[in-house]
Amino acid sequence: MKRFAQLFAEIDANTRTGDKVEAMVRYFTSAAPADAAWAVYFLSGGRPKRLIPARRLATWAGEESDVPEWLFEASYESVGDLAETIALLLPNPTSTSDRPLHEWMDQHLLPLASIPEEEQRRAIVTAWNELDGTERLVLNKLITGAFRVGVSQQLVVRALARAGGIDEGVVAHRLTGGWKPSPDAYQRLFSGDTTDADISRPYPFYLAYPLDSSLETLGSSGDWQVEWKWDGIRAQLIRRGGETFLWTRGDELVTERYPEISEGARWLPAGTVIDGEIMPWRDGSPLPFAQLQRRTGRKTLGMKIRTEVPVVLIAYDLLELEGADVRDRPLEWRRAELARLLEDSRAESRMIISPVAVRGSWADVRAAHERARERSAEGLMLKRVDSAYGVGRRKGGWWKWKVAPFTIDAVLVYAQAGSGRRASLHTDYTFAVWEGASLVPFAKAYSGLTDAELRKLDGWIRRHTVEKFGPVRSVKPEQVFELAFEGIAESTRHKSGISVRFPRIARWRTDKAAAEADTLQTLRAMMETVP
Amino acid sequence: MLLDTTERGFYCAAGDFYIDPWLPVERAIITHAHGDHARWGCKAYVGSREGERVMRTRLGADASITTVAFGETFSRNGVQLSLHPAGHILGSAQIRVEYRGEVWVVSGDYKTEPDPTCTPFEPVRCHTFITESTFGLPIYRWAPQHETFAEIRAWWRNNAQAGRASVLFAYALGKAQRLLAGFVDAPEGPIYTHGAVERLNNDYRASGVALPATTYAGAMPRGHDWSGSLIVAPPSARGSTWLRRFGSHSTAFASGWMRIRGTRRRRSIDRGFALSDHVDWPSLLGAIAATGAESVMVTHGYRDPVVRWLHEHGMAAQALASQWEGEPEEDPVSAEEEREP
Repeated sequence: MKRFAQLFAEIDANTRTGDKVEAMVRYFTSAAPADAAWAVYFLSGGRPKRLIPARRLATWAGEESDVPEWLFEASYESVGDLAETIALLLPNPTSTSDRPLHEWMDQHLLPLASIPEEEQRRAIVTAWNELDGTERLVLNKLITGAFRVGVSQQLVVRALARAGGIDEGVVAHRLTGGWKPSPDAYQRLFSGDTTDADISRPYPFYLAYPLDSSLETLGSSGDWQVEWKWDGIRAQLIRRGGETFLWTRGDELVTERYPEISEGARWLPAGTVIDGEIMPWRDGSPLPFAQLQRRTGRKTLGMKIRTEVPVVLIAYDLLELEGADVRDRPLEWRRAELARLLEDSRAESRMIISPVAVRGSWADVRAAHERARERSAEGLMLKRVDSAYGVGRRKGGWWKWKVAPFTIDAVLVYAQAGSGRRASLHTDYTFAVWEGASLVPFAKAYSGLTDAELRKLDGWIRRHTVEKFGPVRSVKPEQVFELAFEGIAESTRHKSGISVRFPRIARWRTDKAAAEADTLQTLRAMMETVP
Repeated sequence: MLLDTTERGFYCAAGDFYIDPWLPVERAIITHAHGDHARWGCKAYVGSREGERVMRTRLGADASITTVAFGETFSRNGVQLSLHPAGHILGSAQIRVEYRGEVWVVSGDYKTEPDPTCTPFEPVRCHTFITESTFGLPIYRWAPQHETFAEIRAWWRNNAQAGRASVLFAYALGKAQRLLAGFVDAPEGPIYTHGAVERLNNDYRASGVALPATTYAGAMPRGHDWSGSLIVAPPSARGSTWLRRFGSHSTAFASGWMRIRGTRRRRSIDRGFALSDHVDWPSLLGAIAATGAESVMVTHGYRDPVVRWLHEHGMAAQALASQWEGEPEEDPVSAEEEREP
């Protein structure tokens, strides 16, 4: 645990990506595989099933620190992170422990879920008393499952690849999908034999960069395949050894959640992997993303919702054919094979090959871009016809070209303090537009301001608070912000009757007074421009 | 009441004087030279002799400043006054006010940890104690300062090994000199300072405080090699073009707020060292108890939690509004004062 806490501190203390990777490489090359396996698991966002409710930890920490509940709450409000609040409040430890991370996990923490509360308490208090500040913080985070340290999956992959002297793509592949921490699994990450047995594993997704120069710089338009950019859930459909797996880009296995797609995949030949987008789809056109969201949260899927929100897989690409990795073949070839596959199989009704939006000159491509919103698309995807299917976000072969977002001027009405890096700073905002003489809240936004602006706005919020409701403050409706968002749809879940997609702050309109902000009518008019 | 809150600050009607007023007044008794306590524009100031030079630098050559030694009693209209060390920065004082047998003490800002750059804090018995509460939550508990200094040294050493400069942000008055004094024996390399820090270093040295050799960074020629050196600068220099000259460097901030991970991370600095010139939670409660006060007034900081805690422990306490800021999370010194000389 000491070594892992030290790694945590090193990563946490560095703002440079290179230094974070270096720290991980040092750890992976020196730690025992049993410990390193758990480190990989946590650093890449793994979280064990909840072992102890966070509330219970808070109560025990309060009792051990002789801090009454109200004072614990006041401390937590100031820190913004429960695991850290506990670590800071507890009295200094009276002993130390050299127990390695895997022993903590296997023998002490994982068994906690199945023992009575009194024993849990004894175990935790004993643990707290033998760990110093950072170790305690790490322990609390392991237990509460909120382990976030500011490294992306990609950086962990990079560090592992460097530590093991193997290709990043191989490591990424081996880490994708249901990776379980064990010394064997850890050592297998570095195995020279790359024919991995696990039939469920998806390939790492290839992601496009936003187009950052003019179309003409891309060369001849004939070298590019232009598709619509859909706003659904990116996923890989895997058919291997008589089984079907549907993985999202967020590494979630959703085979059961979209039975239409997985059942249709039964007709695909063995050894097929298709990259695509799960889309709510009816009568040949997409439904708003909000409709899909109605399905994503559900544990059980009734016929009603399946009928109301049918889904399809828009097939983008073919990654594996007859058991062979074909990602290095040119896109043209992959697409032709994909088309043949979908025609041959009866899966067609639930899988639609991503239509080519336009063929022609760059001027035609521009015209298609103008029409994207009418097609309920987010924009265009440009893919070189000879491009391989790469790993991660790489420049060159694929570009995404989104349509300009909707924008509207709205008034800040509520603010709430953030958590973690943004603790004790009001960074979560609610915005409203006018309906007659009253302001109707319609969107929340968290991002878009610089750190300096955040602090300035925080100061303003503190000085102009009208009322406090727990952590939420209502503020004087004076500050106007230009919000940008991608989509807009009717919603019965919002008071305004409208839900917007990916709202964020585009600009702080210090030049505008609240009265000059937009109205609900403007939003409704925008909704009508979308099919 | 011996002292009342007025729109200009805490006022003693019997003695006709203010303590650390926030607007100009005739007569101001000053706890210490930080900008939120010693403001410009008063007709006459009284402060500690130890702090004379830094007060002069902050208040200007024309200000009328009278100084008294710690413990020396003087009187105004029958009100007995004396200044007692507060251990916050050079010359910082608690102000004891006695009238007809009733004793009040205004703490100003204070810490009970030893600090080689100022006279250590001394508890003063009183009936009413007006205390700061900048770090008045139990999450604020300082590690022994030798540990924090060791961490800073290790950071500096590691940067030097990596061929980087170390830029340490600290408030120009007080914190900067306390940090420097920590390196008076065997610094890890050359030490440079921002102009705002260097000017106050001179005041500290002239007041008899031992500091290591420092050089004003602005005096170095273009193309100077900064790797391995330590640069002490006020927090306002963070993110400024002034930093560009140092080439590859690591940044750190020394402040009590750095005890919290979130406050450090959102600043995008490499390291945070939790070193404060204010009392932490246990020292605050200890200091309050040591005064033997019957009544405690809690000002700038986490007033409400401290008041509630004192109530729950059977003490008479109340929150008191003031415009003092304690250890601001942002920069306490105005841009005017931070300008390069």
